[in-house]
Amino acid sequence: MTSAFSEPTGTNEAEEFRVVVVNAGTSNPSSTAMLADRVVEELTNRADANGAKLTATVIELRDLAQEIANGLVTGLRGEGLERASRLIVDADALVATTPVYKAEASGLFSGFFQVLDRDLLVGTPVVLGATAGTSRHALVIDGQMRSQFAYLRSLVAPTSLFAATEDWNDPNFATRIRRAAGELWLLIESRFAARLRATNWDTYQHDFGSAKSSGDNDEIDLSSDLMRLATGGSLA
Amino acid sequence: MQFGIMSVSDVTRNPVTGETPSEAERIKGIIEIAKKTEEVGLDVFAVGEHHNPPFFSSSPTTLLAAIAAQTERLILTTSTTLITTNDPVRIAEEYAMLQHVADGRMDLMLGRGNTAPVYPWFGQDIRQGLPLALENYNLLHRLWREDVVNWQGKFRTPLNGFTSTPRPLDDVPPFVWHGSIRTPEIAEQAAFYGNGYFANFIFWPPEHSLRLANFYRERFEHYGHGTKKEAIVGLGGQAYIAKKSQDAYSEFRPYFNEAPVYGNGPSLEQFSQATPLAVGSVQEVIDKILGFHELFGDYQRQLFLQDHAGLPLNMVLDQIELLGTEVVPVVRKELEGRRDPESAPAPTHELLVAKKYGDGPVRQPRPMANRGDNVTGGSPYLDTDEVTAKREAEAAAKSGAEAGADA
Repeated sequence: MTSAFSEPTGTNEAEEFRVVVVNAGTSNPSSTAMLADRVVEELTNRADANGAKLTATVIELRDLAQEIANGLVTGLRGEGLERASRLIVDADALVATTPVYKAEASGLFSGFFQVLDRDLLVGTPVVLGATAGTSRHALVIDGQMRSQFAYLRSLVAPTSLFAATEDWNDPNFATRIRRAAGELWLLIESRFAARLRATNWDTYQHDFGSAKSSGDNDEIDLSSDLMRLATGGSLA
Repeated sequence: MQFGIMSVSDVTRNPVTGETPSEAERIKGIIEIAKKTEEVGLDVFAVGEHHNPPFFSSSPTTLLAAIAAQTERLILTTSTTLITTNDPVRIAEEYAMLQHVADGRMDLMLGRGNTAPVYPWFGQDIRQGLPLALENYNLLHRLWREDVVNWQGKFRTPLNGFTSTPRPLDDVPPFVWHGSIRTPEIAEQAAFYGNGYFANFIFWPPEHSLRLANFYRERFEHYGHGTKKEAIVGLGGQAYIAKKSQDAYSEFRPYFNEAPVYGNGPSLEQFSQATPLAVGSVQEVIDKILGFHELFGDYQRQLFLQDHAGLPLNMVLDQIELLGTEVVPVVRKELEGRRDPESAPAPTHELLVAKKYGDGPVRQPRPMANRGDNVTGGSPYLDTDEVTAKREAEAAAKSGAEAGADA
């Protein structure tokens, strides 16, 4: 299942940031993938200007389609999903793009985030992008997709990138991409996610053994009410 | 190391013939399955508990008692007993009774049950599933260890001067396994009481269950029941075996593809690669089971789910035959060679009796005449020591009297 992932680009020197692109576009070439590419390009410019290095890895959801469906019906996560999960754990930011189908994000896109651990994106800065054939879908990101990322406790950049067919030739759209990349850059550079997790991690809901958990048993809170009950105590 | 068969008691359409067995056929069939389990040299038979179709096993102790009567060696257990929706008092009573009629050849595994509608049918709330499981076990633990229990909790009406009858066989409570794959509180409770921990990890990659098993081992040691190696671990599993690997895949595939839990999802190849499901030749299945040991270290019980996915009874019996006669003997021998001498033996009633009493006399609880209350006064039971002392005194008095008469 290596085809789902591109090799990281960029060199390693100076301060380094890792961006993961999650792309639910299915055609090749895909305007949805192109949208993500343009965000990464702008983000790379920002990093360069600040003397930092940026590596971007792409997760193509098309290649994980079967695993996503299997995960939804059985809870079993395949090798590709496990690898995607490990990439996202270490990501400093996410660029997540999807085509719009029937006035919603592709089921592939929402399904992918549904099968991942719920604490995987806590505090992670995200730029959301969507492409559609008509501008009537313009509010899909702000009206629908944001709520899923709010549930995941990620930090979605204020500017979302919706592109209907006519937007591709509009110079204003290039400005919007620059704007969104600029917002994402500040969120990355401030290391908001790492600082949030360092100070606030225990206040979020976690599932035992999630990809985001540290993997050692120190994380298990032995002093909770339930643990007292487990060891012969009472709730009352 | 004990090997055995576990059933969840589903009544599932056979996807090859299109026939769905009746409940009657499945219930008679499961007794055959249990008898076969003993006949081929396996050690344990477990049955689940459900309270909704398409499952038949709502009353595991009744079923297991019937099996106990028709077998001689087999250890009978559950997979699982619902510690959430059952009254712990009824669990204490029913399983103590089973323990007596089975001459100690039983234990039980506790689980929460994940069928949401079942909870309200028994007056419970699934959102309280975990606290219910923990509190109910705390009570069950005492009911089997104290002749008279005074108790108050959140979920059940209080008990004042209650005695659960019959007292456990030889006054040694049935061994308890706590089943869980991702709930640290359950592993902690198992460790706290020195009970067994069972991971039915059949739907997930084995590595996922390892962390909780290791947590249980650490906590078992922490609570002073022995070293980590002496903790008591059981694992679930499932297998489909044929003489040739490709036959195993082709025979099992139509059943797997439509199985209620994972059917229409991952392919048989993907699923058997990613999870403990072992499909293949005898040697391949042996290797897969030995792989569990490499991951988990010495463990005490390995159960296999075989009567599922609509497999007809004759195929299930054939599978148990292959498992018992070709796979397990090799695994047993291999694991015996690898076994750390420090690791715990598999739990049996005899072992628990020896642990409690050593060579000393075994308590046999005998109730006193009914005095209408358990609250005032001492134990409602004559203690073994008292009984023995009284008998000895009587015997001595009698022989003394006889001696006197002779003189």
